[in-house]
Amino acid sequence: MCTLEKRGDLFHLTLTGDDEHRFHPDTITSVLSLLEQAKSQSTKGSVLITTGHGKFFSNGFDLAWAQSAGHGAIERMHQMVKSFKPVLAALLDLPMPTIAALNGHAAASGLMFALSHDYVFMRKDRGVLYMSEVDIGLPVPDYFSALVVAKVGSGIARRELLLSGKKLKGEDAVALGIVDSAAHDSAEGVVEATVSLGESLAAKKWNGEVYASIRRSLYPELCRMLELTVNNLATHNL
Amino acid sequence: MCTLEKRGDLFLLTLTGDGEHRFHPDTIATILSLLEQAKSQSTRGSILITTANGKFFSNGFDLAWAQTAGSITGAANRLHQMVESFKPVVAALLDLPMPTIAALNGHAAAAGLMLALSHDYVFMRKDRGVLYMSEVDIGLSMPDYFSALVRAKIGTSAARRELLLSGKKIRGEEAVGLGIVDSAAYDSEEGVVEASVRLGEKLAAKKWSGEVYASIRKSLYPELCGILGLEARVFATPKL
Repeated sequence: MCTLEKRGDLFHLTLTGDDEHRFHPDTITSVLSLLEQAKSQSTKGSVLITTGHGKFFSNGFDLAWAQSAGHGAIERMHQMVKSFKPVLAALLDLPMPTIAALNGHAAASGLMFALSHDYVFMRKDRGVLYMSEVDIGLPVPDYFSALVVAKVGSGIARRELLLSGKKLKGEDAVALGIVDSAAHDSAEGVVEATVSLGESLAAKKWNGEVYASIRRSLYPELCRMLELTVNNLATHNL
Repeated sequence: MCTLEKRGDLFLLTLTGDGEHRFHPDTIATILSLLEQAKSQSTRGSILITTANGKFFSNGFDLAWAQTAGSITGAANRLHQMVESFKPVVAALLDLPMPTIAALNGHAAAAGLMLALSHDYVFMRKDRGVLYMSEVDIGLSMPDYFSALVRAKIGTSAARRELLLSGKKIRGEEAVGLGIVDSAAYDSEEGVVEASVRLGEKLAAKKWSGEVYASIRKSLYPELCGILGLEARVFATPKL
């Protein structure tokens, strides 16, 4: 389902297997627990790189699991929406730079998962970003919109992301300021580029607590919604 | 003054006549009532396109009407009245259960520009028409919901400053560059309207639930919704 490996300074969080890596309550619990593990093992210079195998980074919540409950479908949706919030909070709070290396498609909560990282790299040739909610007829959870507003600056880009039902390819995503880069023609290319970035960030040997606090200070509204405290008392090395 | 027509899935709201289409309390009441009409007749796939005839989209509030009040206090009261009564128009657009497109045939200034910006998509002409926030030149302070709308829709600090604090008359190309409008590729009024209709038809074909669309739209602008008294939440039954 998902694994965490440490290679030098870099933590690699991988959504394994050739499927859509949909977020089922069990997946969500695993991802959360692996993020907590990375946090507990973090040191100066730690970096997180998150990626997936196959065609999909993640296609969002496990709607099939929700539907199999019949009348209980809405309840299961709410459960997933609620339990996913701590995953975003954990990423916003992680005491190290975070990089999402999109091997493939990222949709709905899968895209929110990617956007919760400090850097997002995707493929040029394959993979789209897609907020499916408007097409399916699902309202967007408040913290999803807050994340989009926090991370995506232009009003037009936010509309293209949330209100157009468009499947955004790499080049468009870069132009809209949603991802940092879509320059690579293979999943390996994306991972290599993120490892390269990760190593140059690791070399700074930053204090992770300070890094996380500066990151949180950029997104006060989002942090409030995720119940993260923005301010903190850090010891400066002045 | 203004009309609402339905052509297939598209609602066409037009500020008619050749004048400046300034917002007098009567115009404001009419627009509000036409928006309510569109809302009540909306179905899956509905779209609103707002445009105007002549040189102006709208040149803002009817300041001449305010001045005919005869005294400074009277004028200030009338202006205040227009500012307050226009707020529900912006709210109605933010709340409208369908995608909205402003097709700018000409100049949009002050409240007229705010009307345009309250739409999801804004198209303007390349060859004619400017966007102009005149307040700084006239010496009028900005209603809070105007600034909130600009902050909600326009991402960069530089663009917000150019719009609100420069007194510039911004032409099509620059407006696109600043991220204020989506497109300024048209050399005629017909061109802008045609492009809006084409986009409208494409969006209509998605047959989106208008309630869900409106709720996602509002969720992008929580602060503005708060100022307008709009509830951002919605309880929709998704088709899972």
